[in-house]
Amino acid sequence: MAYRHVVGPRCWAFSDLATLMAKATPVRSGDRLAGIAAESAEETMAARWCLAEVPLAEILARPLIPYEADDVTRLILDTHEAGAFAEIAHLTVGDFREFLLTASSETLARIAPGVTPEIAAAVSKLMRNQDLILVARKARVVTRFRNTIGLPGTLAARLQPNHPTDDPAGITAAIIDGLSYGCGDAVIGINPASDSLHALGKLLHLLDDVIRRLEIPGQACVLTHITTTIEAMNRGWPVDLPFQSIAGTEAANASFGVSLAILKEAHEAALALKRGSVGDNVMYFETGQGSALSADAHHGIDQQTLEARAYAVARAYKPLLVNTVVGFIGPEYLYDGKEIIRAGLEDHFCGKLMGVPLGVDVCYTNHAEADQDDMDTLLTLLGAAGCTYIMGVPGADDVMLNYQSTSFHDALYIREVLGLKRAPEFEAWLARIGLTDGDGALLPGDNGRRLLGAAPDLAA
Amino acid sequence: MSAPDDLWARLTRLTPARIGLGRAGSGLPTREILRFGLAHAQARDAVHTPMDAAAIAEAVEALGLRTLRAASQAPDRATYLRRPDYGRRLAPESADALRREAGEPVDLALVVADGLSARAVHEGAGALIAAFRPHIAAAGWSLAPVVIASQARVAIGDAVGSILKARVVAVLIGERPGLSSPDSLGIYLTFGPRPGRSDAERNCISNVRPAGLSHEAAACKLNWLLGEALSRGLTGVNLKDESERRLDAPEGVPTLPGPGA
Repeated sequence: MAYRHVVGPRCWAFSDLATLMAKATPVRSGDRLAGIAAESAEETMAARWCLAEVPLAEILARPLIPYEADDVTRLILDTHEAGAFAEIAHLTVGDFREFLLTASSETLARIAPGVTPEIAAAVSKLMRNQDLILVARKARVVTRFRNTIGLPGTLAARLQPNHPTDDPAGITAAIIDGLSYGCGDAVIGINPASDSLHALGKLLHLLDDVIRRLEIPGQACVLTHITTTIEAMNRGWPVDLPFQSIAGTEAANASFGVSLAILKEAHEAALALKRGSVGDNVMYFETGQGSALSADAHHGIDQQTLEARAYAVARAYKPLLVNTVVGFIGPEYLYDGKEIIRAGLEDHFCGKLMGVPLGVDVCYTNHAEADQDDMDTLLTLLGAAGCTYIMGVPGADDVMLNYQSTSFHDALYIREVLGLKRAPEFEAWLARIGLTDGDGALLPGDNGRRLLGAAPDLAA
Repeated sequence: MSAPDDLWARLTRLTPARIGLGRAGSGLPTREILRFGLAHAQARDAVHTPMDAAAIAEAVEALGLRTLRAASQAPDRATYLRRPDYGRRLAPESADALRREAGEPVDLALVVADGLSARAVHEGAGALIAAFRPHIAAAGWSLAPVVIASQARVAIGDAVGSILKARVVAVLIGERPGLSSPDSLGIYLTFGPRPGRSDAERNCISNVRPAGLSHEAAACKLNWLLGEALSRGLTGVNLKDESERRLDAPEGVPTLPGPGA
């Protein structure tokens, strides 16, 4: 069915819903690369006028990728809660935007299981950045493992102590540095340089040892392929959170070497370990716009909509943490600071609207038209939007993955500017060991030394 | 108990990561803001500085090798960054020019491509080829003229190698610059080059730069991989780099330095 909109003497036509959604998307290089972006500014607006009139029920009834052809579509439709959807079933996309602007946090939580990724993506395309911030701020998603992440007024941070050769002493030094700035409540998560099982085992034991000896109310993760982590769990190694990069189509997930069945196997294995102390959200996922196109698995659908479909995959496994790695993929997908900022806000909004605990790796590569000022802007906007967590990389410079993210200092900045607290259990631990005052502010002096007072041989 | 400075002096030696920076309130000390800014400036310049093909040609010709120039279908840097597909294809006039130069089939075609860091090829391509020449001579491999390709991605080597009738193509290309590695050269080896080859069909030697893998060590790895590729008729995931296990280097050819070299 074609969609049409008349602007003056011109009638704009869009052959189907996928085309309409692609043309309505704020223009970005990845959709241009795929040949599906609007070709003029007026075409973008004609598509948005058209999309505003589309009923949500019609989006639900017309899967962008056929049910028979894709297991992510099947997951979306098979787990869709009609009861939750009933409250919004009568709305068009344009009406839905206004509904969201006035909805309470309780309403947003109630409708989340009825919001499909396509519905979330469609409405985001009609929203300005301030709408994405305002609505996301109201949509709170709280998860628990050894602490409580996502409470209103909090922002967590992942401590990312990567090292180019996985050197245990170098990684430990970066962990001490990060903890001394009060960073690491979301997770201490290493991207290993090696993909070997042996390397994974060493790093898992290193992280488990740090958490036990310092009695940190938090969790660890080594971000390696999930099949390797399953093997580690089979061997009885200390796995808190299985990790996997995921995408929004079956074919893109296959290009990552994963399937829904493998994710389910890891989820069940991690639950059986019962390593959480305050909750059982045990999965960690990363996503990012452009991954499906880069795997030639995009089905002619725009990259932002496909990204929202990845959140439907994540949602099925009740994750502790999910983050978009928004600027990592490069300028052929998100060209500059403006595109990266917009994508970060869209991803965060769509995830939260769907009930997923979305954090953002606020980041860029050196061939993108972006710099640390753009990251400051996105970080500040995400802080205002109630983002679940950000990354803490030493000096914002990841020396293993060769990109720039946010730093331990950036986490301190956003806490100071917006008054955001850490996960409460972690905040209390920092005060107990003498790193922070009663308000969570770092005490003057050498916190690294104070930390090592609790475990003197850690840096031996 | 040692002084606090000793602790951080010791910890910062354990990792190239930016630890122990100190803080000014919630922010970085000015020194660190400037240090980061300089590193980013160098990485940005590496991406955007145009390749000086004439200087590279001069360095390669000084080794007694012929050179040819080529360009991709990306007309400028901004388009190149947005459209990797253009950077993978030869401009029609370059393809025609290479066809006119193509001679008898050869074992190897070398392509020097700017990729994402002209600085890496300016500082590393000539030195790498100089280090690799003795290996070519020792093995008796036949070599096509060295092609210097601008606004080019790795896959441009597929078209070049195919036109020059090479059994294997090696693309020496500027890698995506990291904040502390604006000068990193990558080498991609593809057996049976022709347009449409996938990345899984290539072998890569990465991080070739003074602070990473030396030119001599990279040349040894390339020599090993090329020998295997030619004798086994493949590159890619089924050809694992075992060059470090090699003990029987031919006489007069430098071998891979051991740990600590």
